[in-house]
Amino acid sequence: MAQIELEHIERIFRLGDSEVHALRDVSLRIEAGEYLAVMGPSGSGKSTLLNLLGLLDRPNAGHYRLEGRDVTTLSADEQARVRSARIGFVFQSFHLVPRLSAAENIGLPLMLAGVAPAERAQRVAQALADFGLEQRAGHRPEELSGGQRQRVAIARATIMRPAMLLADEPTGNLDRSTGQEVTALLEALNAGGTTLIVVTHDPVMGARARRRVLMEDGAIRRDEAVAPAAP
Amino acid sequence: MSPADTLRFAAAAALGNRLRSALMVLAMSIGVAAVVVLTALGDGARRYVVGEFAALGASLVIVLPGRTETGGVNPGSFITSTPRDLTVDDAAALLRAPSVNRVAPLAVGNAELSSGGRVREAMVVGTSADYLDLRKMALSAGRFLPREDFSRASGLAVIGETLRAEFFGNGPAVGRSIRAGDRRLRVIGVLAPAGQGLGMNSDEMLIVPVATAQAMFDTNTLFRIMVEARGREALGAAQREMETILRARHDGELDVTLISQDAVLGTFDRILGALTLGVAGIAAISLAVAGILVMNVMLVAVTQRTAEIGLLMALGASGRLIRTAFLVEAALLSIAGAAVGFLLGHAGAWAIRLAYPVLPAWPPAWAVAAAVGTALVTGLGFGVMPARRAARLDPVQALARR
Ligand SMILES: Nc1ncnc2c1ncn2[C@@H]1O[C@H](COP(=O)(O)OP(=O)(O)OP(=O)(O)O)[C@@H](O)[C@H]1O
Ligand SMILES: [Mg+2]
Repeated sequence: MAQIELEHIERIFRLGDSEVHALRDVSLRIEAGEYLAVMGPSGSGKSTLLNLLGLLDRPNAGHYRLEGRDVTTLSADEQARVRSARIGFVFQSFHLVPRLSAAENIGLPLMLAGVAPAERAQRVAQALADFGLEQRAGHRPEELSGGQRQRVAIARATIMRPAMLLADEPTGNLDRSTGQEVTALLEALNAGGTTLIVVTHDPVMGARARRRVLMEDGAIRRDEAVAPAAP
Repeated sequence: MSPADTLRFAAAAALGNRLRSALMVLAMSIGVAAVVVLTALGDGARRYVVGEFAALGASLVIVLPGRTETGGVNPGSFITSTPRDLTVDDAAALLRAPSVNRVAPLAVGNAELSSGGRVREAMVVGTSADYLDLRKMALSAGRFLPREDFSRASGLAVIGETLRAEFFGNGPAVGRSIRAGDRRLRVIGVLAPAGQGLGMNSDEMLIVPVATAQAMFDTNTLFRIMVEARGREALGAAQREMETILRARHDGELDVTLISQDAVLGTFDRILGALTLGVAGIAAISLAVAGILVMNVMLVAVTQRTAEIGLLMALGASGRLIRTAFLVEAALLSIAGAAVGFLLGHAGAWAIRLAYPVLPAWPPAWAVAAAVGTALVTGLGFGVMPARRAARLDPVQALARR
C-alpha cells in the first residue's frame, strides 16, 4: 500500500460559461519517504495538484487514498484533523501571522491542536534549536530575513511531525544561496523519513529530487525516477 | 484549541488592529453610556418629583370642583351641564367628618401689592389656620393666620421671604402694613424660606384668610380644599365620608374630584417611569447602531485576515474553531465597549449630580444591566455573521489572498 494513491483525478474550475480543466485523469502513487519534484509550465496544474494532496481542495472525480483511507469523502472537519496530524505545508510567500513572534508562529499548529502549554513550549524550544532560530524566538516576521522566515515556516510545518511535507515553490521568494539552504533543510527532513513533495520552477532543485513529475496542461506528461544527483 | 488559548489568540487579534478595535469600543461605549446617563436623568427626575410630592404628606386629600372621569363617560355627566362650585361651607362641613383631622380651603389669585412706595405683582392665597401644618411650612417671624370662622374676612397677611425682603428689607416686617389691590392688610407673620417647590413658590406668596381673598377677587367659590385625614390608615374612610358629605350637600351628586397623594404619586411615577423607559429605548437604538458597526468592523477584519484564515485552515483548524475565534474577538471588543461605556455613563451621571445637586441622577440598576447586556448580545449577535463567513472561506482561495 502506497502512502498516497491518486486514481483518475479530475479538477475542473468553472468561471461563468468557460471551464478550466486544471487536472485531467491524474493517477499517481507516492510511497512513504519519497522525494518528489513536480515541475511544468505555469498554469499546468501543479498548485492544484498540491492543494488536492493537502486536502485543501476536492476533486470533481476520482479517488484519493491517503495511507489506505479514502479521504475524498471525509467531512471538512475530518479533513482538518488529517491536515493537522499528517500534513505540513510550506508556501512560497511563507504565510506567517504578522502579529505573532517566530516562536508563536512555530507553536501555532500545536495550539490549534490543543497541546498543553508546557509541552508546547518544550517542543517549540526544540524546533527553534533544530532550525537555528534560538536568537530569533521573540522576533516578529517583519524583523526576519526571507530565509529566516522560511525556516520559521518549515519549523511550523514540521512541529506536528507530519508524514508528508507539501512545498509550493518554497524557494521562489529567496535568493540563490538562501534557496539552497532551505532546500538542504527540506532534504534533511526527507532524509529523516518525511515524504517531501516540492513544486518548483527551479531546474537545479528539480534535479536534486529522486523522482520528477512533469505536468502539462493538467495532465502528467512524464514521471521519472532518477538516481539522486551528486550534491 | 483550549479556551485560554482561544481567548489569548482573539485578544491578540483584537489588539493587532488598534484603530479598528478602538473605534468599535468607542461606538459600543457611547451606546452604553447614553443608556446609563439618560436613564439616570429620567429616573432622577422621577425621584425628584416623587420626593416633592411625598413631602405633602401621605394622609392628604385634595378636593377639586368638577368630576374627572377616568373610567369612561358617566351618564351623570350628561345630566348636569356645569358642576356646582366648592364653597367655604363645603370646607366647614368636611371638618365634621370623623376621620378628618384638618381642613384648609384655598382661594387663589394674583394681586398688585404695594408698601412704602414699592409695588409688585404676587400670588395671593386665601386659606385658614391649618394650611401651615398641612403644607408642612414654618414661620421665621410672627404667627400664622388665627383660628377663626372661614367666613371672617379679617385684614391679616402672612408673607413669603422674598416679599419680606423686597418690601421691608432689613427692618421688621411683622406689624407693618401692605396693600393688596384696594385692601389694607397687616403683616402678622413671615414664612421661613423654602425655595422652589412644586407648583407655587411659597417665598413669593401672600397668605390671607380665605374670606378676605374671596372678597378681593369678588368670588364665593374655592380653588380647592386641602384635607388631612387622621393618619394614613384613615385615608380611605376619610375619602368615603367626604364623598358622602359632599354628595349630600350637592343635591345627591358627586361633582367633585378627590385626589390623594398616593394617586398623584402613582400617576407621576407611571408618567416619569414611561419617560425613563422611552429615553432608554432611544438610547438602545444607539446600541443597535453600535451592533451594526461591530458587524462591519468584523467583516473588515475577516477580509483583512483572509490569508491568515486560509493558513489556519491549512494548519488543521476546523471551521468551528475559526468561527469561535472570531466570535470571541467580537465578544471581547463588546465587553471592553460595555465596560468603558459603564464607566463613562457613571462619570456622566456623577457630573449631572454635581451640576444639579437637587436631581438624584443615579442610573437605575435595571438600566445599567440592560445596557451592558444589550451591548454584549448585539456584539455577539452581529459578530455571528462575520464569524460564519470566515469559517466558510475556501482555504485555497483564502491562501491565495495576500
Ligand atoms: N480558483 C480557480 N478558479 C478558476 N481557475 C483556476 C483556479 N485555480 C486555478 N485555476 C486554473 O487552473 C489552472 C491550473 O492552475 P495552477 O495554479 O494549478 O497552475 P500552476 O501549475 O501552479 O501554475 P504556476 O506555476 O503559475 O503557479 C490554471 O489555468 C488556472 O488558471
Ligand atoms: Mg502554482
